[in-house]
This record gives sequence, structure tokens and C-alpha cells, in this order.
Amino acid sequence: MTQPIRIKDHEKDARLVRARVVFGAIMVVALLGVLIARLYFLQVIQYDYHSTLSENNRVHVQPIPPTRGLIFDRNGVVVADNRPSFSLSMTRERSGDWPQILDVIVEVLQLTPEDRVIFEKRMKQGRRPFEPVPILFELTEEQIARIAVNQFRLPGVEVVAQLVRHYPQGPHFAHSVGYMGRINEKELKSLDPVNYSGTHHIGKTGIERFYEPELHGQVGYEEVETNARGRVLRVLKRTDPVPGKDIVLSLDIKLQEAAEMALGGRRGAVVALDPNTGEVLAMVSQPSFDPNLFVTGISFKAYAELRDSIDRPLFNRVLRGLYPPGSTIKPAVAIAGLDAGVVTASSRVFDPGYYMLPNYDHKYRNWNRTGDGYVDLDTAIMRSNDTYFYDLAHKLGIDRLSTYMGKFGLGQKVSLDMFEESPGLMPSREWKRATRRQAWFPGETLILGIGQGYMQATPLQLAQATALVANKGIWNRPHLARTIEGEKPVDDNPIPNIVLRDPSDWTKVNHGMQQVMHGARGTARKAAIGAQYRIAGKSGTAQVVAIKQGEKYDRSKVQERHRDHALFVGFAPADDPKIVVAVMVENGESGSGVAAPVVRQIMDAWLLADDGRLKPEYGGPPSSTEVTASEE
Amino acid sequence: MKSNFDRILSSEDVMRRRATLLQRMHIDGPLLILLLTLAAGSLFVLYSASGKNWDLLIKQASSFGLGLLSMVVIAQLEPRFMARWVPLGYVAGVLLLVVVDVMGHNAMGATRWINIPGVIRFQPSEFMKILMPATIAWYLSKRTLPPQLKHVGISLILIGVPFVLIVRQPDLGTSLLILAGGAFVLFMGGLRWRWIISVLAAAVPVAVAMWFFFMHDYQKQRILTFLDPESDPLGTGWNIIQSKAAIGSGGVFGKGWLLGTQSHLDFLPESHTDFIIAVMGEEFGLVGICALLLIYLLLIGRGLVITAQAQTLFGKLLAGSLTMTFFVYVFVNIGMVSGLLPVVGVPLPFISYGGTSLVTLLSAFGVLMSIHTHRKWIAQV
Repeated sequence: MTQPIRIKDHEKDARLVRARVVFGAIMVVALLGVLIARLYFLQVIQYDYHSTLSENNRVHVQPIPPTRGLIFDRNGVVVADNRPSFSLSMTRERSGDWPQILDVIVEVLQLTPEDRVIFEKRMKQGRRPFEPVPILFELTEEQIARIAVNQFRLPGVEVVAQLVRHYPQGPHFAHSVGYMGRINEKELKSLDPVNYSGTHHIGKTGIERFYEPELHGQVGYEEVETNARGRVLRVLKRTDPVPGKDIVLSLDIKLQEAAEMALGGRRGAVVALDPNTGEVLAMVSQPSFDPNLFVTGISFKAYAELRDSIDRPLFNRVLRGLYPPGSTIKPAVAIAGLDAGVVTASSRVFDPGYYMLPNYDHKYRNWNRTGDGYVDLDTAIMRSNDTYFYDLAHKLGIDRLSTYMGKFGLGQKVSLDMFEESPGLMPSREWKRATRRQAWFPGETLILGIGQGYMQATPLQLAQATALVANKGIWNRPHLARTIEGEKPVDDNPIPNIVLRDPSDWTKVNHGMQQVMHGARGTARKAAIGAQYRIAGKSGTAQVVAIKQGEKYDRSKVQERHRDHALFVGFAPADDPKIVVAVMVENGESGSGVAAPVVRQIMDAWLLADDGRLKPEYGGPPSSTEVTASEE
Repeated sequence: MKSNFDRILSSEDVMRRRATLLQRMHIDGPLLILLLTLAAGSLFVLYSASGKNWDLLIKQASSFGLGLLSMVVIAQLEPRFMARWVPLGYVAGVLLLVVVDVMGHNAMGATRWINIPGVIRFQPSEFMKILMPATIAWYLSKRTLPPQLKHVGISLILIGVPFVLIVRQPDLGTSLLILAGGAFVLFMGGLRWRWIISVLAAAVPVAVAMWFFFMHDYQKQRILTFLDPESDPLGTGWNIIQSKAAIGSGGVFGKGWLLGTQSHLDFLPESHTDFIIAVMGEEFGLVGICALLLIYLLLIGRGLVITAQAQTLFGKLLAGSLTMTFFVYVFVNIGMVSGLLPVVGVPLPFISYGGTSLVTLLSAFGVLMSIHTHRKWIAQV
């Protein structure tokens, strides 16, 4: 039945395909014509041009590395700049027997066989034919002269001037700005090979690392004609590099130095923030190190010394140091209690010197063994009363406590632009089940209420939690870069502000923190004596080793490195906060005795003018009438 | 019409008498001669381009042998047999591509290989180069021509799935060849001109809209570099600048075998693979390349004759598509190396070093031979 139709179709199909075959053939011939025309253009019309390029001369494309952006402090003081430095580079293709030339270099410059091993390693990292590879940096005048004299024995070897990073402020900003170093094999794989074709160094830590793309800029290039021996005859084409962006930090070198002075050579960390903007004004991690050592390659011995030092100078205590926040977290816990309605400003708890959970016989002690009697919120913060906060935490429960603390930035990365910040740890029921496969015990909630237990925070997080109390819950992520080429950094992932049911709770806690400094029984009242402004603060102690039940902390029995860390957080002026300071003194023992005076000195340095009076922009002299107004 | 039919038959009879042995082996004489010429020339050029590397030559020669074997085996298969198994092959090919996509072995930074250590290692995308046109040819040969909109749509889906999978690998060159392989079947099947033109016409405003409203600056930059590699002289532009200089300095007659300077001084990267035509251009000049192009033209011509003479619609569509795709290889490769087209990884057929591509290409010619030599039994009925 269908047979005749098929045959008819077949005929029609064949005609159709044949027409397309003819068209295809015409297309093939036409396009082959285009190819031949192109080849005719290259090989006949442009023959002379290409032939000159290839016969006696060679075309080279030379990358021109961009100039790295500079880094300034907030007053325009240079923190990182670029200095010319001479290095020795070698082009493998022009050196012929290059291992033998390396021997000559080692001989001429009187170097060691170890240096030669390093040179050989660097030579093997060469990336493109005819690309000079730098093998030795920071040549001295004498070395340059020796190379010049022996140049005839060193084909393909040249002395090149390049810009190398320099940190004029030395160790001051080692932990915030970070440092640069040579690009290593691992980094080479993840980098854009084109943009980094003329670059040998890259930001390794801190701002240098975080803002690497901005600081680096865009590579330029030169198409040059060289003769057979590699001398540049003329530049055929040039595209200028785009220099990296300059970064102005929010850090203030004067405050930074004041903070280091205040720490007075002790190991510790300081963060000072502007709570209204999140700008970091000072960031100190002591001891520090000279970042310039890393730029052109640190010797193994020097590095081992830094790495193995018991004082851990390479360790960034501000961002990576994890400490139980101790009593410094109490203001945030108080906010949680007020907002959840488990306490009010006037509700009281009786403190016999300890707290006991119903049906348990474990005594959770107050630091003051004799007890403070009836305690309300104000007194609890002022006296840092543990019993009050055990009770509050117990009523709040772990779930609500964990949620509120999360809002204050605990357990998450808070900064906008800091490299390798630790998120710390804010425990929760789920966390314990997932990591320890255990249920949550009520006792663990109690000690969280006084900032002990599993909870761990970085000094930066403590400063940010305090900044949130100071500015009534407005989130500004702490950041180091004030402007990048004139533009403010943008927070792509903002954290929602803390909104309380009753915003006056902020003022209640703020008042309690003022009592710590200015109240007659305030734990840190000594640190506030003679202050030109009102301070709100809170001390804290981070245990390094646990104390057993019934045992007493006896400093004479504890090794120096096992003594408690002293913590203090505060802000000033208390009613219109301009600066938040968090201080951690390693093994400093007393938050109010050791860390609080450091905070005070830093606040003075920021808020007071040279004549010792409050700077006019920070308000007039303090009204001393209020100081004792709400004392018991 | 009738007389034309007779003429074809009679010329076939002459052929049969002249080359009965080849005929019985299902080998097409003209194609075989052209392919062997190319093979010899390829080894000649490769010897120079690889820097006199004998190991490489021996590898290439054995790949040639393997390819010829594959060609002969495939030529024995009847087109009907192929049409029956093509759909299954297509499904298997797509599944293998999905496997590569999910957990492919990483080679050269792109995931293209399936690797069972010690057993086998291959690129599923290579199979698709033949399976793709065969599948579309199988599908369209069962429909009326020119294809209706519905059938075109289904064909495009059949092309699109492996195309997207291969683009994701990412292997732009191969995916383009597979797209061409499928599209040429539609073209040979008489896809209406007004559809072709309207798709091309619609592409312009869509591209313009994408450019202005949807693309980020870095994406635009990437496309600009792709279209004009010389704006990026430290990256892909480096190859083009050097290959242009190599070709251009060859002049009309070339510098002579083994005497090219650009390629021998390591100026030319990939000189023995995708950029081998630059070595030819430098050493054998315009004359040498024209000779090569002539051989290509003869191969394509023979392929188109086979297309026109094929007796089944499946055979016509498949042969036409394979031939035209072969031309795409040539045009894209030479266009790219001479700076006319953007750089996509397409080898120069039979000349570039690379065993996989050789075997695939020769297998495709095996299909052409099968289509051409299995027509007798119809004529004899």
C-alpha cells in the first residue's frame, strides 16, 4: 500500500538532498577561498613584516606588573609602600647550559651550595619561554658590581630593578595589615596566570591577603622586538598596567602605639572600635614581628625561631585567639534576660555566695565567697555577681541563651574584611548532640551565664558584642579598610540589628556597666579615677586551667603560663559612645586590676586632647553629680 | 531522471570491474588514496613540529594503523545495521557523558575522560562525533522531508542534551563539532531556508539584549578576548601572535622542512597539536598549505559525491553531515591559527598529533565507505 508513496518520497528527498549538496559544495569552495585569501594576506602581502620579525628578530610579549596599591592609616601615614630593590634574574633560553651558569653565579657572589639549590628550584618554576626568572633578591652594591664585572661569563643573567613591598611601621601592623611573600606553587595554580605574569609576590595574610585583587591591579604588557641575543630593539605596542588601589585603613597609628604602650610588653590583645561605624581604630596582638622579613623570603632559621617561640609572635590573638569570655559577656546575657522577661530591672536574687540547682548538690560559687546578699540587675553587673547570672541563665535556658548570644555575634565571623578570622564557639543543644553525642545538662547553662564552659570568643567578638550594647543593637561589622581608592567597603551580607521589645533595656544595662567604673563598689572603680568622661565597662577572667570543686585559686601555686587571662571590655563616653575597647592580657589574672587600666589608657589616648581635656567633638566635661546617684 | 539513474549505475559497473578486491572489502579507492597521502604528509610535518621526536611519530603512526583498522571494520557494517543500533548507541553515549559529568576523571584541567585504570580510558564525547549525526539522520529518515517544525524541535533536543553536557566539561571545540554534526543533518534534510534565516536574524537582537542587560563586565571582557585574542597577548593572544608570525614568515615557498625558526625555538606552543598548520605554513609556505587544502577539497568532494549517490535517506543525511563536519574541522582550525576566528580547541584533521581524534575521523570515513559500498545489492535486485 505505502510502497508507491515511499518511492515518490524517495525521489523528492533525493532531489532535496542533492540541492543541499550543491549548496554545501559552493559553501566549501567559497570558505576555502577565504582561507587562501587570508594566507595570501599573511604570507605574501605581509611577508616582509613577518619575515623581519621572525628571521633575525623575535617578537616578545613582556608583562609589565602593575604597581601595588599603597596602604595608609586613617591620618594618611604610610603603612605599606613599594621600594625599588635589585634582583638577579636569569633567562633559561639565553643562558644555554644554565646549571653551569648557576655555578658561576654561586662562585662570583661567594654563596653556599644551599643557595644554589634554591636557585635551581626557582629556575624550574619558569612559566613561559624567554621569561626571565628572578633568583636572588635584595642585591647589595657589591653584588651588583661583581655581576657587572663577570657579565661576560653570565649570558642571560641580568640585574633587574623591581618594586618590593616595604612596611615602614615594622611590627605595629603585622597582625592587621599582614605581609606579602613569594607566590608559592599552590597559589600559582589558583591565580590568573595572565594577570600575575609579571608579579612574583602576593599578599599572604591580613589586609594584604584580603584585598589582594584590589591591591594588585591589572597587568600591562609590551610587545617588543628583540634581537637574537635578547636585547630590546623597539617597542611595537604598549598597554599600560592599571595600578592597584590604595587603601586607607581605619586604624590610627597613634592609638595603635598608645595601645601597645598600655599593654606594656605583656602578651595580649587589644581591639578598639568606633561603635557607630564599625571602624577598627586599633588592633594589637602582642608580641608581634617584623613583616618585612617575609617579603623577599625569610631564612629558615629566622622563621623557625618565630614559629617555635613560646610567646607565639606569629599568632594573631585578636582574630584567632579563643578565650572563654568570662564575665565580660554578662551585659549581653543581661540584655537577653531582660528581653526574654525572665528578670526585670528591679527583680532581686539572694546571693549566699553560691547557687544550687534544685535536686543537685553541686555548689556553683560566686567569686565573692561571702555572698552579696540581695542583688538586683544594676548591682549584679556592678559587682559582677555570679549567683545572679546563674539564676538568670537557668531561667532563660540554653536555647534562648544560645539564640541571643548568636545575635551578639558569638559563634560567627563578625568582621567584614579580616583574613582567617575564627568564628569562635557558641554552644547549643544541637551543637552538643552533633559533636559530643550527649544531651545538654542544666549545669552547663549556668556556667555559660558567666561566660565559662564551652563558650569561646575572640577579642574581636568581645569588642563587637560590647559595641552592640554601646550602640543599642545596631550591627556594623568591624572592618579595617576605611576606604578603597576613596570608596567605602560594602557589606554584602549584613547581620540584622538586635531589636528589643523594650529599647530602654539597653539603657539599664549601660547604667550597670557605668556603675562598674564609677559606682562606689564597682569592680573596676580604680581604673576610672580622674576620668574626664563617663566610662561603661565590664571585667572578666578567662580560666586557663580548671579549678576543682572545693579548691581555691591560689596564684602562688599556679605556673605563670597557667594563670588566668585578664579581660576587660568597655566604651566611652558612656552616654554617647565614641570608642569601644576590648583588652585581653594573657595570664594577667585580674580583669579589673590589669586589663581595665589598659582600657582606660587607650580611651584617654583617643578621647582626650593634648591638654588632658576631653576633645570638644566628644562633648563637654562630665557631670560628676550623677556618679553616686543610684548607689545602694 | 531515468537517464541520470542509468548513468550512475553504469559508472558503478565500471568501478566494480576496475577494483573488485577493494569493492569486496567495502573500501572506497579514492578515499583510501587521499587518506594515505594525508597520513604520509602528517608524519612528515609532525617530525619537524615535534622537534624530531621519534617516539611521538611512532605513536601517531600506530594510531593511524588503529584508525585504519577501525575504518575497515566499520565499512563492513551495513548502513541498515547501523540505523538499527544508532538509537541505543546514542542513549549509551549520553549516559556515559552524564557519568563523566558526575564523576569524570580529571585530565588536563577539564573533565572529559572515563578512566577504568588498567582496563580502558576514553572520551565519550568522541563517540558522539559520529553518533550525533547518525542519530539525527536515523530520526529524520523516518519522517517526510523537508522536516516539519515538530521534528526539527525534537532533533534540536537530541542535539542539545549532549551539546550541553560537553560544553560543561568544558570542551568548547568538541561541543561545537557535535553541534555542527547534528545541524548539518537538518541542513541536508532540507531544513527550510526561511527558518534558517529567521533563527539567524533572531539571534542578533537576542545577543544584543544579552550584552546590554544581562552580562556582567567580566563576562563581556571574556567574550571580547575570545573574539579578539590579540587583545590578550599574555594569554591566548600569545599563541596567535606567534602563529601569525610563523605562517607569515613562510612566504610563498616556505623556509624548508625542519628549517622553521618560530616553531623550533619554542615560540609556538602546541606546535604539534592544534597549531601545527603554523609549522606547515612556516616550512612549506603558501604552496604547501594550498596543496593540503587541495587534498581536503578532494576528500570533501568525494564525500559529497557519496552523499548524492547514497540510496537510502539515512545514508544521504549521514554522509552529507559527516562530510560537512569534516570541512568545519579544517575551516575552524586554519581560521583560528591564522587569526580569523576565535581560539577553540579543534585539531587539524589527520595532521595534528592525537590518537583519539585520528581514530574518530577514520571511523567516520569508514561510515562513508560503508554507505557507498553497500549499495550494490539494491542495484542487483
